[in-house]
Amino acid sequence: MMSDLLLPPEHRYAKIIEQTRNDDGSELSILNLGPTHPATHGIFQNILLMDGERILDAEPTIGYIHRAFEKIAENRPFYQINVLTDRMNYCSSPINNMAWWITVEKLLEIEVPKRAQYLRVIVMELARIADHLICNSILGVDTGAYTGFLYVFQFREKIYEIYEEICGARLTTNMGRIGGFEREWSDEAFKKLDTFLIDFPIAWKEFENLFERNRIFIDRTVDVGSISAEKAMQYGFTGPNLRAAGIDYDVRKAQPYSSYEDFEFDVPVGKSGDTYDRFCVRNAEVWESLNIIKQALAKLPKGPIHADVPDYYLPPKEDVYNNMESLIYHFKIVMGEVPVPVAEIYHAVEGGNGELGFYLITDGSRTPYRLKMRRPCYIYYQAYTEMIKGGMLSDAIVILSSLNVIAGELDA
Amino acid sequence: MALEIAYIQEKLNQKFGNNVLNFEMSRDIFSFEATPNLIREVIRFLKEEESLNFHFLTDLAGIHFPDNDDEHQFSVVYQLHNWVENVRIRVKTYLPENPQIDTISDLFLCANWMEREAWDFYGIKFEGHPQLKRILNMDEMVSHPMRKEFPMEDSGRTDKDDRFFGRTQING
Repeated sequence: MMSDLLLPPEHRYAKIIEQTRNDDGSELSILNLGPTHPATHGIFQNILLMDGERILDAEPTIGYIHRAFEKIAENRPFYQINVLTDRMNYCSSPINNMAWWITVEKLLEIEVPKRAQYLRVIVMELARIADHLICNSILGVDTGAYTGFLYVFQFREKIYEIYEEICGARLTTNMGRIGGFEREWSDEAFKKLDTFLIDFPIAWKEFENLFERNRIFIDRTVDVGSISAEKAMQYGFTGPNLRAAGIDYDVRKAQPYSSYEDFEFDVPVGKSGDTYDRFCVRNAEVWESLNIIKQALAKLPKGPIHADVPDYYLPPKEDVYNNMESLIYHFKIVMGEVPVPVAEIYHAVEGGNGELGFYLITDGSRTPYRLKMRRPCYIYYQAYTEMIKGGMLSDAIVILSSLNVIAGELDA
Repeated sequence: MALEIAYIQEKLNQKFGNNVLNFEMSRDIFSFEATPNLIREVIRFLKEEESLNFHFLTDLAGIHFPDNDDEHQFSVVYQLHNWVENVRIRVKTYLPENPQIDTISDLFLCANWMEREAWDFYGIKFEGHPQLKRILNMDEMVSHPMRKEFPMEDSGRTDKDDRFFGRTQING
C-alpha cells in the first residue's frame, strides 16, 4: 500500500486510512508536503491526510533549520548576539537587529539620542515594507499571478541598496550598535531613500490595483483560511495576521519604543481573518510605513548618531590607535568584558510578523544567563493545522503563504 | 493605568494566600512567584477573573538554575498580557530536579508548542499535555540541550582547535 512507504504502520494516519473507505470505494491518502518544496517557501514538513483534493488532517513537523540560537546566545557577549537575530526573520532583519539593541539598551538603561531613534524607525519601517512586499507578492505568485511579483520585487532590491549604504550588508544586516548606529548615514543613503519614496508608491498602487479587485484573486483568497478573533488570540497571533482577524493590537501603539509615539499612523484591521484580509492588512500597513518614514524624515533632528556610552560603544578607530583610554575601551568591548547589571527584562517590538520579544535574564557576566526569543511565527504556526483542515490542497499553500511563515523565525 | 498593581496583588493574595509570593516590579513588568502545584489555577484565575482579564499568553520560557538549591533547579516563566488595559504580568514558578508541572495548553491553545519547546530543551514535563514530544530537536535525541551542563559544542570535535579562536575551557 502506498501509505506504507511514507509512514510507519503505527502512525495514527495509517490506521485511519486502514479503517476508512469512502462510499465509492476510494480510500484516503497521505501527502507529504515538504520538508523541501518550492511552494512552502522554507523548510517545514506537513504530513497531510487527504481525501482526494481535500485535507482532512495535518501533522506539522518543524525544526529542520533549528540552529540553537538561544543556546549560542548563552555563550556569546551581547554585541555578538545581534548576528543571530539577523537570521531569524531574514526578510526584515533590521527590525530584529533594532529589537535586540533596544532590549540591551533597556537592560543597560541607555538613553538613545533622538536622531538615532528616528533613523531606527526609518530603517525598521523600510524592513517592514520589504517584509510585507515579499509576503504579498509571493502570495500573488502562489495564486498564479506572477506579474505583480515582478512589478514590486525590484523595490526590495532598492531597499537592500539603502541597507547597503547604511551598514554595508544586504540580507543579514547586523545593523547598529548598543546605543545607536555604527556611523552616520551617508548622503547617498538619504538620496536613495528619497528616490524610493517617490518611485515605490506608484508601483505599490499598481500592485494593489492588480490584486485587490481581481476576480480570480478574490475567488482564491476570500474565506480561505479564516480565523476568528477569539481563536487568533487563543493561538497567540500577533501582527498583521491578528489584525486581519479584527483586533487592533500593535506593539508600536501599545508600548511605543524608539519614539514611535512621535508619529501619526493608523493600525489597519481586517474583519474575517481570511487570506484576503491578511493580504489587505499588509497592503495597508505598507502605506502606513511609508507615511511614518516620511514623517520621520521631515522631523529628523540633527545631533549625534549614538549615545555617549564609551563602555559599550566602540570608539573611532583613530582614537584606538592614538589614545590609551580608547584602546582599553575597544579591547574590553571586543572581548565582551562590559559592565552588565543583574536584571530580568522583557522587551517587545512590532516585527514583520508580530510581537517579537526578547526575554533576557542576566547574572552580571559577559553573556546572558538566559535569552528567550518570542518568535511570532513559531507561536502562530500552531494554528496552521486547524486553518487548513477541510480545505483544498491548493488553499493550504495560499494560507501558508499569507501567514508569512519564515522558516528562520520558526526554528531559530 | 486603570488596572493597578496593588489591586492585582490584593486579588491574588485573597485567592491564593501564601501560595503567591515575592511580588515585585521587575523593571516595567509586575512579576510574582507561584507555587508549582497551583500554577494552573493561578493562570486560570488571571485569565478568567473578569477584573484582571490577562487573556493573552505572550510567552512561556523554561530556565535552568543548576546552582540553586534542590527545590529551585528549574523555572517556568509565564508572561501574560491584558490588551484592554495594556498591562503585562510575569508569573514564575520553581521546580526541583525531574521537573513536572501542570499543563496550561487547554487554557491557552498557543501554550501547546511553547510547552513542547520547554520539554524539548529543558525536560520539563507538562502533565496533561495532549502531545508532549520534541519539537525542534530530532526525536532520537536523549538529552535536553538547553540545560546548563550540556556543552554547546561537541567536545570530541577535532577539526577545530579552540586555541586558535581565543577560547579555552576556562573562559568558555
